[in-house]
This record gives sequence, C-alpha cells and structure tokens, in this order.
Amino acid sequence: MREFGYEQPAEIGAALAAVSAPGARYLGGGTNLIDLMKLGVETPELLVDVTGLPCDRIEPTAAGGLLIGATVRNSDLAADPAVRQQYPVLAQAVLAGASGQLRNLATVGGNLLQRTRCAYFTDVSKPCNKRAPGTGCPAQGGEHHNHAILGASAHCVATHPSDMAVALVALDAIVHVLDENGTSGIPIEALYRLPGAEPDRDHVLAPGALITGVQLPPLELAANSAYRKARERASYAFAIGSVAAALAVSDGVITGVRVGLGAVAPVPWRAHRAEALMTGRPATEASFAAAAAAELEAAEPLRDNGYKVPLMTNLMTRVLTGLAAGVRR
Amino acid sequence: MQTTSQVALNVNGREHRLELDNRTTLLDALREHLDLTGTKKGCDHGQCGACTVLLGRRRVNACLVLAVAAQGQEIITIEGLAGPDGLSRLQQAFLDHDGFQCGYCTPGQITSATAMLAEAAAGWPSAVTADIGADKVDLDATEIRERMSGNLCRCAAYVNIVAAIEEGAAR
Repeated sequence: MREFGYEQPAEIGAALAAVSAPGARYLGGGTNLIDLMKLGVETPELLVDVTGLPCDRIEPTAAGGLLIGATVRNSDLAADPAVRQQYPVLAQAVLAGASGQLRNLATVGGNLLQRTRCAYFTDVSKPCNKRAPGTGCPAQGGEHHNHAILGASAHCVATHPSDMAVALVALDAIVHVLDENGTSGIPIEALYRLPGAEPDRDHVLAPGALITGVQLPPLELAANSAYRKARERASYAFAIGSVAAALAVSDGVITGVRVGLGAVAPVPWRAHRAEALMTGRPATEASFAAAAAAELEAAEPLRDNGYKVPLMTNLMTRVLTGLAAGVRR
Repeated sequence: MQTTSQVALNVNGREHRLELDNRTTLLDALREHLDLTGTKKGCDHGQCGACTVLLGRRRVNACLVLAVAAQGQEIITIEGLAGPDGLSRLQQAFLDHDGFQCGYCTPGQITSATAMLAEAAAGWPSAVTADIGADKVDLDATEIRERMSGNLCRCAAYVNIVAAIEEGAAR
C-alpha cells in the first residue's frame, strides 16, 4: 500500500477544504476503500476521514419522510424503528448485505459509492476499463457469470454491488450533496451513470463533492415493501439478482408500485417499464409476470449469465405476488 | 505529507501511545505493536472474521480499520473478554461444547458472538427475522447462523459453535 496522510475533520467545511488537496479521498467506514488500497486499486495520497462529521443522525422530515445522515452506519440504519416501520424494504436490503461486522463499519455514503466487485477490476494485473481506461474488458470473454444483463456497454459489463441502493432507487431517495458550489439534492437514479465509453466514472459527482445524507420522501405504499436477494450461498454473499419492491392494491387493482433490481446492471436499476405496465392492472401473478418479462426484454445477456433473465423474472413475480398477499419477505 | 501519526489506543482498559505509519491497520497495531496476538489475521480483506474485535462495543473487522482512525473509542479484544472471576460465559460455553477444532477462528468467533448477543438483546433484526418491525428477537439457531455468517470456520465446527452460542444466549 502506498503511504498516505490522514485527517479527521470535525466540521464539513474543513472536510471540503482538506479534500481539495491532490490525491485526497474521503474515508467512511473503509470496508471497501481500505480493501481496494490493500489491493493497489486505490492509491490515495491523503485520506479525509468523514466519520467525525455531524452527519450521523436519522431524523424525520417535515414532509413525513426521513433524512438519513451519510455517516450513519449500515447497522444503525437497518435497526432504526422508523426505517423498519415506514420503509421495511430498506432495512431488509441493508440486512441482506455483508456481515454484522461490516455493517457496523460501513456508512450510508460509502455504501452508495462503493465500487464494483468485478474480479478484473480488483486485480491490478489484469486489464480493466473501469480501473485503467482504455486497457480493455476481459470480463466480456472471461469470467462474467455475475455481470450485467441490462445497461452495460462494450467497454464495461460490471454490476453495482449495493443492496441498499436498490431499495433507495425504488424509494426515489434524494442524495444530499455538498460541493464548492453549495448544496444540491440529486435523485438517486441521477447520481449513477451507465458506463458508456467512460466506465471509470460510476457517478456524476464532482471531485471533492461530499454526500451529507439521503432523504426518503414520504411514501405510504413503502410500508408494504420487501427486498429479496438471490445469491450463491445463504448468507454473506453478493447478489446474483435482487428485487426491492413496494406495492399498493385497492379493490384488487394495482394502484401504486415501485421496483428496483440489483446485480443486473452497472447501476441500481429502476424497473420503470414494468411499473408503468402494472399500474391499473389486476394484482395477479399474471400481471406481475407479464410486467417482469417486459422489463427483462431489454436484457442482453453475455455467454454465461443468461440465467439472470428467468431468475429476475421469477424473483420479481414472486416478490410482487407476495406483497399483494401481504407477505413482506 | 505526514504519513505517520501519534496514535492513542485504549485497548482492554489500558491506554497505549504509539507512533504508527498511517497504513497500519488496527489488526496489525494489536498484533505487531502491542503483542496482543489473540486477534488473528485470516484473509486480511474483511471476509473471514478472524480479526473481529469490539470497537466502541461494536464488533468490527480489525483488518479494515486504520489504527489512526480507531482512536477515542474503547477497543476490546479476545484478551479482554475474561473477567476477574475467569472466562466469560461464552468462552466457557465454547469449551463446554467443543466449539472449535484448530482454534484459529475461535477468538473472532467468541468476540463476534459476544457483540452479536448484545445486538440481539437490543432488538436488532437480521436478514432471517420474520417480522422486521418486531421489538424482540427470538435467537434460535437460524438467527444465530445468519448473524454469525461473517465468521468463517474452515474446520467447519459450526454445529458446536452454534450450540455454544445458544447456551451463551440462554445463560
């Protein structure tokens, strides 16, 4: 690991000033960044530890939603009574990820900005357009059974690894960002960018911008929500596919629905097409299955990840059929 | 650029002052600088749990925490779990149930389980909790297995580890 300086500012202004130094990076819980530094993927010259900043609270908003501080630990987020009651899909998604030890360290802001777990990205002896632009993408002809089927490009087929972010896209979360131009609120879908020809850019944030929190708008139907994750072992593994969904049904008709898909795209994927098809339809398995199939029509599987198309279709259908019956799992 | 720091670590109730390279993890500070070798280095990437310690009473992977960032919080390692009257109830339960084989993962297992029982007592849900809104956790074997999934045992002594933790939870 390369040598680096370390600062732990207590104020947000001091953090922004510190990170303007060359090669400076924010450090949250460190569960991804420290690991990537050990691997030589990240080589910061200065770490600006943000865990001392006053962004560690979960507070109700005037509108009836929640404002989650960026340095709230994943374990505190999942255990929060208001999150569990109002947005169970979010608590479930966080609990589906990592281990107890990692959730105690990992922050909300760091979870959002974690890097892909593509094996070529994390191996500096291999080419990778995301890590070293222009070097190529060996995943496309190589090991890609857990890579993207939606939204990928000829330059990169890696997936975004977060569970939490999949729930947040379904909830239309607003990411609060502070940079030298002041504060802004970015809809979480707009935070992330598809790889296109620049897969090294995961998100739209300017260098030095600081995520200070995540705002959850009030959403009544989120009380009937769930996160379901398929993986290759029962616990402590990244998803091979996951679904975050919230559903409202009135007189047997779907009146509101939100669906986020994980481990299928370079970004946490919002299933807009499926949502539009479902709204106003009978809340039956047939409606859910048809919408799921329509969402996956755009899929372009690689040689070894075609299984994700039926996996995701079935997972979506099962979660939504469950929610229609009040089963929030 | 200053790449070393004066680091004050409170470990098992004792204050230590060290000059450390900023790259030093809490795990390496404990083992290489404080000779507290009970905490083990397994994968060194946060995947195996052998390095689990309590930081501010919470279980964490010491391999992913920089020592310089661990200041100002109480650190408890496996060496600090026994009380003046002897082994903690979980330590004794691991002995009684033969909850290990080679023993390399054991300090991490016991330290992790110690904090896990406190998490459950505080009502924290897990991925297998049926009602995520429930106040109380019924810590059965399924819950214990899910909550302990961050601690791997290559000897696969899991059956006895779960039994030991079940007893630790019941006592």
